[in-house]
Amino acid sequence: MTLSVAIRHAFPGFELDISFEAPPGVTVLFGRSGSGKTTTVNAVAGLLRPEAGRAVADGWVLFDTERGAWLPAHRRRLGYIFQEGRLFPHLTVGQNLKYGRWFAPRNGPREDLGRIVDMLGIGHLLGRRPGALSSGEKQRVAIGRALLASPRLILADEPLASLDEARKAEILPYFERLRDEVSVPVLYVSHSAAEVARLATTVIALQDGRVLRQGPAVEVLGDPTVTPLGARGAGAVLEAAVVRHHADGLSEIEAGGVRLFLPSVPHAPGSRIRVRIAAHEVLLSRGEPEGLSALNILPGTVESVRAGEGPGAIVSVRTAAGTILSRSTRRSTEALGLEEGMACHAVIKTVAIAPEGVGGA
Amino acid sequence: MDWLSPEEWRAVALSLRVAFWATLASLPLGVLTAYALARWRFPGRQLLNGVVHLPLILPPVATGYLLLLTFGTQGPVGGLLQEVGIVFAFRWTGAALAAAVMAFPLMVRAIRLSIEAVDPRLEQASATLGASGPWVFATVTLPLVLPGILAGTILAFAKAMGEFGATITFVSNIPGQTQTLPTAIYAFLQVPGGEASALRLVAIAVVVSMAALLLSELVARRVARRVAGA
Repeated sequence: MTLSVAIRHAFPGFELDISFEAPPGVTVLFGRSGSGKTTTVNAVAGLLRPEAGRAVADGWVLFDTERGAWLPAHRRRLGYIFQEGRLFPHLTVGQNLKYGRWFAPRNGPREDLGRIVDMLGIGHLLGRRPGALSSGEKQRVAIGRALLASPRLILADEPLASLDEARKAEILPYFERLRDEVSVPVLYVSHSAAEVARLATTVIALQDGRVLRQGPAVEVLGDPTVTPLGARGAGAVLEAAVVRHHADGLSEIEAGGVRLFLPSVPHAPGSRIRVRIAAHEVLLSRGEPEGLSALNILPGTVESVRAGEGPGAIVSVRTAAGTILSRSTRRSTEALGLEEGMACHAVIKTVAIAPEGVGGA
Repeated sequence: MDWLSPEEWRAVALSLRVAFWATLASLPLGVLTAYALARWRFPGRQLLNGVVHLPLILPPVATGYLLLLTFGTQGPVGGLLQEVGIVFAFRWTGAALAAAVMAFPLMVRAIRLSIEAVDPRLEQASATLGASGPWVFATVTLPLVLPGILAGTILAFAKAMGEFGATITFVSNIPGQTQTLPTAIYAFLQVPGGEASALRLVAIAVVVSMAALLLSELVARRVARRVAGA
């Protein structure tokens, strides 16, 4: 199912005017806070009525202001995962999970409670009330509650933003499983480049209420024009296959015929993974570097050089493994004389490939 | 119960009956009014708020007199109701009406505060899960507001038990008909040798009020503990 959305809505001092397509899989609305992400999701959910626009999923009209159509939120068959969980405090975890089921069509397809509870690892919590749960547990229950409503569309508004790094690492795999095991399209709001890199099938990059770029995740994240959004979080994503795990604690992966080494990953040899290479961890060299301790050296050609605000610059390099972004200073790009079409080498330290940037693809 | 004279006993029983029906009958309207004041924006909202609170600030005698003018047999509403067989003036039902009107602002205030404390984002979450307006209210708003409704109900009951000014003005002080506990205490104090009876009724008033207060504390604490998840 593909969801197509077009929204125009004016707030005091801010105007949202966007349109995008969300194909099956996880579509991430990516951008800084204030770029209109939450407004968009709330309009799709029916919690905010935009001045103009439409949202249609395979002929099923959620709203269309031109035709005066507006389906109320409770008839949209959603699973909305909120940033703060929003579990019902007066109900037990089990009752929270089954809440959406009371209202789902009796004869429609139903998610199996046991399967979802197992997938999220919340079987031991069913009799408790939300007040007694940790933030990570609450968020897992919120995911389960949304799934068990048998939704036709899943919405998630920064579901990990209120969690610390450890809790994020605990929840992210569940969203990966959601993407891989649940056939319903997911519209996911995030301002974290790492989350986008791990989860997104499609990325809609928003800036100041406009769509800056939209397309498959690997393409959009490798586009240096999108990087100002993530500011410090710029980084390209490579899709790779695990080759083998070495005894010295490194894993060898292969992307586009290029072998790379990174700290040991939990994925089995042969499985497809995504690796995010943060732009500030990539060095560039014009000649073939020698005598370096870095294990990963990728030959390629400069695709573009973009000076940012201040002294920084972002260089995108096309390699056999995919596009790599490198963040350095304007001074050094000028010293190297880097320009479009020039051959160069991208150097990535093995330990710089952080485990939170690695996920199943 | 032979430590109470039949006359004293009648006053206590009548008071309990008056307070019970006054509270029960005004509860649905109280919840609706509190919800409207807390959540809806409509023209005349401030006016409604003022009318609801009027009995709280007006001298009770004035409220009683207004009730008499409106609901008395000669009054515009009372006259109409009399034709369908409903009479308030100088009946126990009139005492219940006076008690309900006087207790209404207290009930509405307590319920309104607890409705305003409900996070509307929980109600949104409920709607996204498929609950229509009435279901959102029944499954999320109402359970979360329950402690407030309970507090409001008990407060209103206590107020209805003790109502004096409006009651005596509207329905007078007829033993067995409209003589409630407070008006009975007043009557006993007007006759020589009535102090003992008055004192017994005061003791009953203290016991009933304290019991209501303790009950509401107990239930509120239990509900709070449930919601906190312990």
